[in-house]
Amino acid sequence: MHRSGGETEQRTRALTQFCSEAGETAGPPIELPLNLPKQKLQLILNSLLKQDDNIPYSFFVEEKEVTKDLNEVLPEDYSEEKIVSILYQAQAVFKVQAVTRCTSSLPGHAEAVLCASFSPDGRFLASGSGDTTVRFWDISTETPHWTAKGHKHWVLVTAWSPDGNFLASGCKSGLVIVWDPNTGKQVGRTFNSHTKWITALCWEPLHLSEDGRCCRLASASKDGTIRIWNTTSGSAGKALSGHMQSVTALRWSGEGFIYSASQDRTIKVWRPSDGVLCRTLQGHGHWVNTLALNTDYAIRTGASDPKKLMKTIPEYIKNPSDRKTAAEERYRAALQQAGGVEKMVSGSDDFTLYLWTPTSNKRPVAHMTGHQQLVNDVKFSPDTRLIASASFDKSIRLWNALDGKFIAVLRGHVSGVYQLAWSADSRLLVSGSKDSTLKVWSVEKRNLLLDLPGHADEVYTVDWSPDGQRVVSGGKDKILKLWRK
Amino acid sequence: MPQNEYMELHARRHGKRFDHDEVQRKKAARAPKKEAKMAKKLLGIRAKLFAEKRRKEKIQMKKAIKAHQEKLAKKKAPEEVPEGAVPSYLLDREGQNRAKVLSNMIKQKRKEKAGKWTVPLPKVRAQSDAEVFKEVKSGKRRNKSWKRMVTKVTFVGDTFTRKAPKYERFIRPMGLRFKKAHVTHPELKTTFYLPIIGVKKNPSSVMYTSLGVITKGTIIEVNISELGLVTQTGKVVWGKYAQVTNNPENDGCINSLLLV
Repeated sequence: MHRSGGETEQRTRALTQFCSEAGETAGPPIELPLNLPKQKLQLILNSLLKQDDNIPYSFFVEEKEVTKDLNEVLPEDYSEEKIVSILYQAQAVFKVQAVTRCTSSLPGHAEAVLCASFSPDGRFLASGSGDTTVRFWDISTETPHWTAKGHKHWVLVTAWSPDGNFLASGCKSGLVIVWDPNTGKQVGRTFNSHTKWITALCWEPLHLSEDGRCCRLASASKDGTIRIWNTTSGSAGKALSGHMQSVTALRWSGEGFIYSASQDRTIKVWRPSDGVLCRTLQGHGHWVNTLALNTDYAIRTGASDPKKLMKTIPEYIKNPSDRKTAAEERYRAALQQAGGVEKMVSGSDDFTLYLWTPTSNKRPVAHMTGHQQLVNDVKFSPDTRLIASASFDKSIRLWNALDGKFIAVLRGHVSGVYQLAWSADSRLLVSGSKDSTLKVWSVEKRNLLLDLPGHADEVYTVDWSPDGQRVVSGGKDKILKLWRK
Repeated sequence: MPQNEYMELHARRHGKRFDHDEVQRKKAARAPKKEAKMAKKLLGIRAKLFAEKRRKEKIQMKKAIKAHQEKLAKKKAPEEVPEGAVPSYLLDREGQNRAKVLSNMIKQKRKEKAGKWTVPLPKVRAQSDAEVFKEVKSGKRRNKSWKRMVTKVTFVGDTFTRKAPKYERFIRPMGLRFKKAHVTHPELKTTFYLPIIGVKKNPSSVMYTSLGVITKGTIIEVNISELGLVTQTGKVVWGKYAQVTNNPENDGCINSLLLV
């Protein structure tokens, strides 16, 4: 912050006003000393908003973050009479600890582990592998639970239903099978209509399902079609065809649309009730690899609030209708935090990302360039404010989710980064890469926090459990590793 | 049982009976009945021997039948799950170049072992000792011939001093010593007259390399600082290899091709 040559007066105080992201002001303009530390700012804001518990906030003055005190972020045209508005954003109250050590390596798969994920309430862990089996693991004892056999080819994708009662898995021969994690047995019949391999699976969000039971599942395949299945009745629902090439990513949004990204460079918006194509979003110059919605985390975890899961005795909601209302509340809260608009980001082989508001507009909001190799994975942070993109150019980039502006680049990997996972409080990011290491990054400091070597070969999948306790990673060396604090 | 071939001999000379084939066919058709009768009738040791022989035949027959059946029944073989499982985001992408890199590395190692490099003249005629050296007689009676004179062009280097003539075994005549060579750049197609730094390898023999004998096909190192080539890191390259392409002892000059 350079002062012009003429000014010699001491700047000690400023007239400030706090305003929220939505634009509402919190209290009257106050005169504050410029060397006031950040913690004091938080205290003042908490008392202004009349909040009993000290909620942590991050402060921004004209998009510059306040790290120590107001002095460093003072605007250019500062004068003692002008009101400086300070934007405040609530941060997560709970804090997730970084994982530091590998508590166990779980061998068992006979071939590379291709996908691994925690259930939405963090109680179960399932992994799919190239040896055609899906394995369920007991988290507390870190031992294998069930081995589910049924697929005839590599299990490429798995997806937990938002209520945690079912796991759907798709394989390279086009079969979709639904399993019960409590018994490890198949539920219902095998869904066999796709002609080529399954590229993505997506359950209907909990707050859109009738009476809180998850029964609708969408599967996307290399043959360019998307099929919606009903798992309770076992019927083959609609087939949404329209893509010319393989569908690479699928998302069922909380607004009741299905977004599908494809190798034909388009993203299509569908209405699942009657299978009608609503919109086609064009813009990318090459295959679209991945999609992410800003309310993704809320939809994925459904009714389980990470705050409640982190208590010493985690709380689970058993009643389906209670679950539905809880999921609805969480979804609305997440949407509001995002500014009321559902946003979607897509990453592509043309090295760029596009930010869209798919419900309203056909044109992208922002074109995020900067990567030097194809973008393999994009994830919104759970508090919907940040976007992280992993690319084969060995870097991870952080972007602002509101306008798509670039924030920081995280370098450290020596080979392409394959997958990302956010921690539940949005402060930490874990990435798995081709160079067989996992790295934990601190988002506030925008740098590498921890290096987690240990895998013998490429890491294909990472996931952070919703209760923030564990990270699971699996890869080409056929071993699943669990990491804890 | 015939002891000799008189039966075949007769058949060859006079032919077979006209109903021979028919008779044979009917006999073969009746054979199982006869076997069955024998199996029931035989007693004692003969029965045991017969039974054993029949058992062996039956086993062979069963095997043949099963093989035929397998050939007819078109079974769908259980599909083998291929190796090299990759997640969905890596399918459709070329299996990473690691395999190619490894194979290139292996090829490079093999080349090094075999000592084969891509040079303009991969094979040259080997020069024998008789061609390269000429015996020089020495001693008071001129009957000692342990000295040799090199008849080919040599390079000796700046700091060369002859050994004492009494002890010098190899004589390298000054008239055949060269310091510079004509070097042609293969891409630029221009020729430069560059000083020689040393003889790297003479394809005929290690001894010739150590002596500095330059014949057709020899690899020499030349000073190319006047060409002004620079490496990627910015350093100036001042020595490069070149291969001799003519017979310098016949032409009086060394012509060579730069190995880029």
